[in-house]
Amino acid sequence: MALRIGAGQGFTGDDPRGTREVLEDGVDYLCCDALAEITLTSIYRERQQDERAGYARDVATVAELALPGVADGVRLVTNAGALNPLGARDAVVGVARRLGIDRLRVGVVLGSDLTVRVAELASATGGLRHADTGEVMGPTEDVEFAAAYLGAWPIVEALGDGADVVVTGRVADTSVFMAPAMYELGLARDDWVRLGRLAIMGHLMECSTQVTGGNFSGRWWEVPGLDVIGFPIAEIDDDAEVVITKPQGSGGLVSPDTVKEQLLYEVGDPTRYLTPDVVADMTSAALRDDGPDRVRVAGATGTPATDSYKVILSRRAGWSAAAALTYTYPGAMAKARAAKEVLDRRLERAGVQPLETWVEYVGAGAMWGEADGSDLPEVVLRYAVRCPTREEAAAVLVERIRALSIGGPPGAAASGMGTSPPMPVSEIWPTLVSKELIDPQVKVVVEDL
Amino acid sequence: MSELRLGEFCQARSGDKADVANIAVFAPTEDLYAVLRDQLTEDRVAEHLAPLVAGPVTRYEAGNVLALNFVCQLALGGGGPRSLRSDMLGKTLGPNLLRMTVEVPDHLMGDLPRLRPPGP
Repeated sequence: MALRIGAGQGFTGDDPRGTREVLEDGVDYLCCDALAEITLTSIYRERQQDERAGYARDVATVAELALPGVADGVRLVTNAGALNPLGARDAVVGVARRLGIDRLRVGVVLGSDLTVRVAELASATGGLRHADTGEVMGPTEDVEFAAAYLGAWPIVEALGDGADVVVTGRVADTSVFMAPAMYELGLARDDWVRLGRLAIMGHLMECSTQVTGGNFSGRWWEVPGLDVIGFPIAEIDDDAEVVITKPQGSGGLVSPDTVKEQLLYEVGDPTRYLTPDVVADMTSAALRDDGPDRVRVAGATGTPATDSYKVILSRRAGWSAAAALTYTYPGAMAKARAAKEVLDRRLERAGVQPLETWVEYVGAGAMWGEADGSDLPEVVLRYAVRCPTREEAAAVLVERIRALSIGGPPGAAASGMGTSPPMPVSEIWPTLVSKELIDPQVKVVVEDL
Repeated sequence: MSELRLGEFCQARSGDKADVANIAVFAPTEDLYAVLRDQLTEDRVAEHLAPLVAGPVTRYEAGNVLALNFVCQLALGGGGPRSLRSDMLGKTLGPNLLRMTVEVPDHLMGDLPRLRPPGP
């Protein structure tokens, strides 16, 4: 019987129905990727407001669904701990207590939060070099947080210590899904071929419904039941060969066409997909139809992991706000352009000096960076700014209302759609840090409840 | 030869990492993949995506899934948490690429799947 790993979340806020269906279909492990780049930033903001926050709050929802299965041997692995893994652990234990579970082994993986070590790491590495642009970061005072993308081995260690639940900080998305299979298969650290296969499995699973027919650019209109789209399940044999499938009776579609889109999602050089545990070769995987809603991922390989972890630093980058108004026929585009000019001048007169301004004409090519000015029934002018201060960012909203709704071009609907209040913004600075400088820590505690 | 938009017969998906976006475009057959390899050059794609993508574009091949993967630098207005765009995660860059056209030889026109939903 193959090992079955279910995806419980592709992001914080994913649909608990999908999580429940995966558990009902029968899995050995439920693995959840709760963290995207933007999620980590918003979790950081929550922790600024409340010291007890700093983790993905819906870890409690996932725990409520998964913990009743622990008695039957189902284990939960999640990176919901984000910047406060112990807080997430406490949330899980709280749920266990409410459910009347009397004993739970909880493993926690710490060590991804490097915030207090930023200055030290900058000097140890000779400057924090941007992984994409090569630029070296100057002074580090404006760094809000720093998080290393740890790998799967600390989770394997926690599972080896008998953890029923493993809660981690920032562990790489793929690693969350790989770890249970690495543990069950008893992989050696240099089993690069099987680690490569598992990394590809983890990559296919980490965005939940993006592999089961969601966001599918092929014959999307033929995908049944998007309202009840199933989360993926990976069946893994001893060679780490993988079949991707989904719960019986769920909506969505698993086919070579849906799976291949996810294979290259957020991938750079496909022959070298870097994870903390292995470098996987996405071009080595053959995707084969294995029956209805089953795709076999065959023959994949990997090569040795690199000697560094990816670390993201988040830096303060001012405040943003956006205003939007819908302009209508006749001359919708001309009106929207005129309104944009009015806003430009009003903000200038108010002394607002944005660091950056972004204007979109939604409905006239906003996503393409072009607006052809044809006579459309309506166009949404969306005007966004990033400013050094909250007050300056707020001005774009004030000027929208005062200047444009009744004092600008005619026929504007100020519906609020596309309008955003002033919000602090951050910039992500990815860098690479030698693994020797980072020490993942694993704690497994038996909670008697 | 017929000039066709990629959206008539190709799949595409795009994603983000900081201020970098990748766009994978998938051909339906080996022959049509060869057409994409010939005609979808880094320069053409960079020109098509400018000014949304401000940095260089690098092309990779994934022949196992008949795909070209375009990795675009400075592509998201500073990256997800900072970007002022409606589409701060670059999800629409894939569809954007599907607006590009290629010349398809007549003898391949029969292979084309029709990627058009029914209805208006």
